[in-house]
Amino acid sequence: MSINDFLTMRHELILASLVLIVLIIDLNLKKSQKTRIIPIAISMFFIHTVVGFLPAQTGVLFGGMYHTEALTILMKNILNVGVFIILLQSSTWLRKEENREKISEFFILLLSTLVGMNFMISSGDFLMLYLGLELATIPMAALASYTHHQERSAEAGIKLILSSALSSGILLFGLSLIYGSTGSIYFDTVGQLYANTPMQVLAFIFFFTGMGFKISLVPFHLWTADVYEGSPVNVTSYFSVISKGASVFILIMVMFTVFHSIAFLWKDIVYLIAITTMVIGNLFALRQKNMKRFLAFSSIAQAGFIMLGILGGNKIGMTATVYFVLVYIFSNLGAFGVVSAISARTGKESMDDYDGLYATNPKLSLLMTLSMFSLAGIPPIAGFFGKFFLFTSAASGGYYWLVFIAVLNATISLYYYLLVVKAMFINKNDSPIAFFKSDLTTRIALMICAIGIFVIGFWSQVYEFIDSVTFAIRN
Amino acid sequence: MNILSLFVLIPVLTVIAILFTSNMKQTRIVSAIGMGFQLILAGVLVYLYLTERQAGNTAAMLFYYDAVWFPTLNIHYTLGVDGISVAMIALTAVVVFAGIFASWMVDFLYREFFISLILLATGVFGFFISLDLFTMFLFYEVAVIPMYLLIGIWGSGPKEYSAMKLTLMLMAGSALLFVAILGIYFYSAPAGSALTFNLLEISKHTIPIEMQRFLFPFAFVGFGILGALFPFHTWSPDGHASAPTAVSMLHAGVLMKLGGYGAFRVAIYLMPEAAHEQAWIFLILTTISVVYGAFGAIVQKDLKYINAYSSVSHCGLVLFAILMMNQTAMNGAVIQMISHGLMTALFFALIGMIYGRTHTRLINEMGGLMKVIPFLGVVYVIAGLASLGLPGLSGFVAEMTIFVGSFQHTDVFHRVCTIVATSSIVITAVYILRVVGILLLGPIKNDHYLHLTDAVWYERLSTLTLLLSIAAIGMAPLWLSDMINFSLGPIIEKISGITTVAGLF
Repeated sequence: MSINDFLTMRHELILASLVLIVLIIDLNLKKSQKTRIIPIAISMFFIHTVVGFLPAQTGVLFGGMYHTEALTILMKNILNVGVFIILLQSSTWLRKEENREKISEFFILLLSTLVGMNFMISSGDFLMLYLGLELATIPMAALASYTHHQERSAEAGIKLILSSALSSGILLFGLSLIYGSTGSIYFDTVGQLYANTPMQVLAFIFFFTGMGFKISLVPFHLWTADVYEGSPVNVTSYFSVISKGASVFILIMVMFTVFHSIAFLWKDIVYLIAITTMVIGNLFALRQKNMKRFLAFSSIAQAGFIMLGILGGNKIGMTATVYFVLVYIFSNLGAFGVVSAISARTGKESMDDYDGLYATNPKLSLLMTLSMFSLAGIPPIAGFFGKFFLFTSAASGGYYWLVFIAVLNATISLYYYLLVVKAMFINKNDSPIAFFKSDLTTRIALMICAIGIFVIGFWSQVYEFIDSVTFAIRN
Repeated sequence: MNILSLFVLIPVLTVIAILFTSNMKQTRIVSAIGMGFQLILAGVLVYLYLTERQAGNTAAMLFYYDAVWFPTLNIHYTLGVDGISVAMIALTAVVVFAGIFASWMVDFLYREFFISLILLATGVFGFFISLDLFTMFLFYEVAVIPMYLLIGIWGSGPKEYSAMKLTLMLMAGSALLFVAILGIYFYSAPAGSALTFNLLEISKHTIPIEMQRFLFPFAFVGFGILGALFPFHTWSPDGHASAPTAVSMLHAGVLMKLGGYGAFRVAIYLMPEAAHEQAWIFLILTTISVVYGAFGAIVQKDLKYINAYSSVSHCGLVLFAILMMNQTAMNGAVIQMISHGLMTALFFALIGMIYGRTHTRLINEMGGLMKVIPFLGVVYVIAGLASLGLPGLSGFVAEMTIFVGSFQHTDVFHRVCTIVATSSIVITAVYILRVVGILLLGPIKNDHYLHLTDAVWYERLSTLTLLLSIAAIGMAPLWLSDMINFSLGPIIEKISGITTVAGLF
């Protein structure tokens, strides 16, 4: 293996070394100096994000286990941008007294899961996929129970590890069936050999179920709300955006390549799952009062919308899915950014606490409104374009009724997104959250989100670029 | 730069300028300048349009501008206007201009108010200049959303309920519309050639009849909800009653017209075969709208509810005329849109001004207002007369054309519908005169009202702008109807080219 081959794995290698550097720096810092890790880690990650955009080498490594192409690089870059925003947003919260001792843990765990996701996206066989998935999951449970002195956080960690273990088991069982029936774990070979024998169909269903857990599709969503609510805000935003996004990326790639021969079959499954996920996610989100729970259910509903892109099964579908995840990162992180800024300052996380926020914190309220509108798909901001393209891809497959159900669901979702807007702008409150000025890092993060929400939609080159690297179902 | 792009650019620049204003006075002056400029621009557009037509330019759409936006999906930013859209743009400019002056004294979160109001106007202008279904839909939703904040924050009564109901019902309408637009897109061109969102391109091609049958109800009801089609009109009375003055004006005056405009520009123009087949269903519904709205207005006690129900009736008439699908009736539909837009805006402006003085909108509590506020009283009477179709004012021209057009259908079904709908003229007279009698004439019921002051300059400016436009259309309707007639040509041509008319009647 030459040095050039190593450079193909640039994203993973830089990230892994970042983890090690943070660990080494942490060892050399006194207890009072621990906060210094924050700017160091964030700026290093910033460099990593920028380097990710430089022209990169594509190719295959380890006999096909690992591959890099323009699409995987794009997906990793999208995730990097999201993680960068999350790191910026978490800085205020990490500086709190109770977190001082374990700042480096946050970075190490979080970046490790990102390494896992990168490997998962680049995987060329099921073994690599599974390894990446596990690496992306297990540190996540530790992250969920990051504030372990709180019972809820510890509970979230346990819930996550148990349900992850279960879903990984199911997934692994599916993989073993795939291996048993085709004699291969390589995506290319399996894709060629796959047929719709009962065992292979069963294998697919197990695989899909396993992935469904990670993306929290209904009916595999039951862990989501509790884990989201129990975890610290910034970890929750990481779950709902990055972890979900990465799983969607790998799912759509595997569905389009490996399982292309049973597309007629999985389309029916995805059709039903999309409807149940949208409807159940929406109905539960309607009555949530805790902002984190609220965003958790809304993110379940959003996952239902994403399924429409997979269902399309064509190039528009994959482009729309990747595009939607990109838009979703900015919109959802905008919302989580506000929640996290408020929670870090005041500890308030209930929707009722947001009553009258516009009078005291107009900028935060405006950003929250922007994010809510973007999530609801209101033009002319990015969310509208994301939804439009997703629905277009489903309509191109002739699924007009599904599109109709989806748009009606978008209308229902508008109701609860407007509830937040209503709380901030219309509701009266005797003791609203007092005015506070956020840290520079938080403000930068929120600015990035706002700019992203505004610009991505209008800037059609983003869509065109994504379209230039995606592919339709491979026959 | 294309003159049409300015119609979107100026409001956006106005909004940005408002962000930099520091007090109420500056804010409203900036808004007034921006929208005044927009009004002048609309005048210029009408002038340019007429000169172009006189010079012999017979293209379906003038000032055509086309830029590719999303190449892979063939989404364009396409602009162009014909006589109908020019008329609608002029209407919008007048109503928005009057609306700014009608909300001159908004002092609570004034900056946000004017920004939302002008954003709403941006959506409406954008909708009327767009020829690309994607852009059209985008602007349509831009016009709907600020409504929530405008009613929710600055409204009165059960404002939160009304705002939510209005927003959700209109968004449900746009859900239907969305499906229709996607369906049209995927059948917009013969198999093998590039799909398009461009209205003109699509109209050259016939969408397969099976798809039309499926998509037409989506498109028509989608727009119909915004046009207060029975039984989807329920958002309208609540929404209008709770909204602040300028918002009621804009909403009833302009936004509801998006429904009528879209119904024939998208639904009927692109899917004429299905329109012929299914028109009878919607004719029944619109006839109900017309009569039901009028009866609803009779029993209401709140001025705004009266006017909101009358809007249901009048907008029902627009859809009714469109579904008649002949030149005369459609011409009447467009004139009715403009005439009703001006009238209802004037009504809501007056109601806002009266409410600002008496602090009640219940007609039973008021009386004899003509004696204390003669200016507002007289204008109210004139608006009322226009609304019940007095010759010399715009309402007469519109209703006359509509009913003449409808009567051209000789079959029993159309005759019955026409006769039933015509009865609304009488009912309209009842509720208008009832209000005038109780509200303006008779003894003054409350001593407190003896000290009311009459309209001040900005109120006069607001009402007179609208009043003059109404009178202008009433006195000289021909230039308007010529302009509309010419542009109806291609649409009528497409509709009348259909020989096989299936369906029940």
